[in-house]
Amino acid sequence: MMLVYLVIGMAIVTFIPRMLPLVMLQNVTLPSYINRFMGFIPYAALGALIFPGVLYSTGSDHLEPAVVGCITSIILAFLESNLIIVVIGGIAGAFMMNMIFL
Amino acid sequence: MRYGEEKKEFWAGLKVGVPVAVGYIPIAVAFGLLARSFDIPNQITILMSFLIYAGASQFIGVNLLVLGASYSEIIITTFILNLRHFLMTAALSQKLGEEVSKKWRALIAFGVTDETFTVGVLQSDKKMSKYFILGLNTIAFFSWNLGTWLGLFFATSLPYVVKASMGIALYAMFIGLLVPNIRKARPVLVISCIAIAVNSLFYWLPIFAEISKGWGIIVATIVSAGIGALIYPEGAQKT
Repeated sequence: MMLVYLVIGMAIVTFIPRMLPLVMLQNVTLPSYINRFMGFIPYAALGALIFPGVLYSTGSDHLEPAVVGCITSIILAFLESNLIIVVIGGIAGAFMMNMIFL
Repeated sequence: MRYGEEKKEFWAGLKVGVPVAVGYIPIAVAFGLLARSFDIPNQITILMSFLIYAGASQFIGVNLLVLGASYSEIIITTFILNLRHFLMTAALSQKLGEEVSKKWRALIAFGVTDETFTVGVLQSDKKMSKYFILGLNTIAFFSWNLGTWLGLFFATSLPYVVKASMGIALYAMFIGLLVPNIRKARPVLVISCIAIAVNSLFYWLPIFAEISKGWGIIVATIVSAGIGALIYPEGAQKT
C-alpha cells in the first residue's frame, strides 16, 4: 500500500499552491499595479487554458470536430447564451463532426 | 450574515457550478476507466479523486505510474502542474473579504480548480461570499468524485463518439466565460489574445519542447496579465 503515500504526497503538493496565497494574503493590501495584475489573471488564464488545448479535446487526430465545436460555442457565447447552452452547443458541434470522422 | 442569507448564497453557488459539474462527469469517468485499465487499485483511484482532486495531475500521475516513474518524479511533476493555482488563489484572495478566517480560506482553497476559479470570480465585480464559493466548490467536487466512481464501477455504456465529443465540454465552458467579457471590455480581448499567443509559442516552438505544459499556461498567464496591468492603468473592468 505504498501507493497511499504517493496519493498523500500528490495531495499535499496540490493543496499548497491552492492554500498559501488565500491564507497568506488575508490582511495584505497590494499595490495598485499588482491589484490590476490580479484582476487580469482570470482572462489571461482563460485564454491560455482554451488554446491550443481545445484543438485536441475531442478524441481524434482530426481537428474538425474540435474546430466546429469551438466555433459553435463562440457564436453561442457571443449571443450571451446561458453557460450550459454554450457547453451543450459545443458538444453538439463536435458530435456532428465526430459522426463523420470517427 | 443571517442563516437564510448564507443558505441563499450556498444555493446560488451550487447553481452557478452546474456547468462545471456537467463538464467534470465525462472527464472523471474517463479517469476512472483509465485507472482501472492500468490496474490501479480501486481504493487508490477513489482516494486520488477525493484527496488530490485535480484532473490533469491525476491523469499524469497514473500515466507516470504505469511508465514506472519514481514517486518523487510524479510528485514534482504534480507540483509544477499545479503552480498556476498560486496565481488563481492570489487573485481569488482579492475577492474575499478580510473578515473571512484562515480556516475558511483553507477550506475554500481545497476546492479551487481552473473551472471553479474562473466561473466564480467572473460572477461579479464585488466581493464574493464564502458560502457562495463553498456551494460552487461542493457541486464540482461531488461531480468529480461521482464521475470517478461511475468510471470505475459502471462504465461504460456510452458510445465512443459521444464520449469523445464531450471532451470539449470544459473548453466550451471556458469560451462561454471569456467571450461575453471580450465583448464588454477591450482590455480583456487584448490580454486573452496575448495569453493565447504565448501559450501557443510554448506549445509549438521546438525550443520549448522540453518544458512541461504546465509552465506554458503559467508563463502565458503572468506575461499577459503583466502587460495588461502595464498598459491599462484603469484595470480589467472598464472599457
